[in-house]
Amino acid sequence: MANPLKTEVIRLYKNLLYLGREYPQGAAYFKQRLKSAFMKNKDVTDPEKIKQLVARGDHVIKELEALYFLRKYRAMKKRYYEPEK
Amino acid sequence: MSGRVLVGVKRVIDYAVKIRVKPDNTGVVTDGVKHSMNPFCEIAVEEAVKLKEKKLIKEVVAVSCGPQQSQETIRTALAMGADRGIHVDVSGKDYENLGPLQVSKILAALAKQEDAQLILLGKQAIDDDCNQTGQMTAALLDWPQGTFASEVSLEGDKINLVREIDGGLEHIKINTPAVITADLRLNTPRYATLPNIMKAKKKKIATVKPADLGVDVTSRLEVLKVEEPPQRQAGMKVETVEDLVVKLKEAGRV
Repeated sequence: MANPLKTEVIRLYKNLLYLGREYPQGAAYFKQRLKSAFMKNKDVTDPEKIKQLVARGDHVIKELEALYFLRKYRAMKKRYYEPEK
Repeated sequence: MSGRVLVGVKRVIDYAVKIRVKPDNTGVVTDGVKHSMNPFCEIAVEEAVKLKEKKLIKEVVAVSCGPQQSQETIRTALAMGADRGIHVDVSGKDYENLGPLQVSKILAALAKQEDAQLILLGKQAIDDDCNQTGQMTAALLDWPQGTFASEVSLEGDKINLVREIDGGLEHIKINTPAVITADLRLNTPRYATLPNIMKAKKKKIATVKPADLGVDVTSRLEVLKVEEPPQRQAGMKVETVEDLVVKLKEAGRV
């Protein structure tokens, strides 16, 4: 694997792992799925493909952030505000 | 004007955790339970950071009152974009009895010490649901207050605010310096991602004690008992409408 891409991939993994701590179905479940997802692609060598996969990973980060925000927002809305007619 | 904003952040039990009452009914189980920043405080931090990004204010200072672990909450605020933190060290019995009155006295003292132009707080904490700290702080400082803010804009040395109230939306204009408390729809807080947390480690957190600020944290309230809400009674099935009316009359509901 080309060196700058290696740090990219490791950075992505660490960031996803950090985000996974708050995963609704449990941090352990998330870590398992994360690891297998990365392992599945461990033999990819084409830099273009690697960049695509990293971009997909960044997209997953955004989706997780959105998921966490929506969960929290909906919980707060339900607890503190009157249901809309 | 210093262009400095004080943001109060509170460490509370995470919103998603199922709360359990201690067997001796003196409080809620907190040991080993996941804690995080109060959701409304996150919104307040986000608003302060947004104001700084728009270059309307110069510095965001995150403040938290509590034991050593409160520093984690300040670190989250720093990761979201605050510039530095102040940890007001309150622990043990003092912390158990810490309420809005003491916190607002602390915030008022800090606002004067730091020459703050604006204090941003969450509208209430999800653990005690007091909804008092912002209002009390404004009163102690004799500053205007914009509570339940769902929109904030700075216009010169005044603030335009939209408040979410029971009747709808209220538009007000207040002078600075002021206290604003954030409501749910003010903004969408950014997530404190790992790279931001790493960068925030370089930012400073100063520690002070309430006594250093001349604040007495003795509480005038005493918690007598904490108990769970009554269990929901099992429902009863009835065969006919007449039976339903009889049962309702028996229960004194009709």
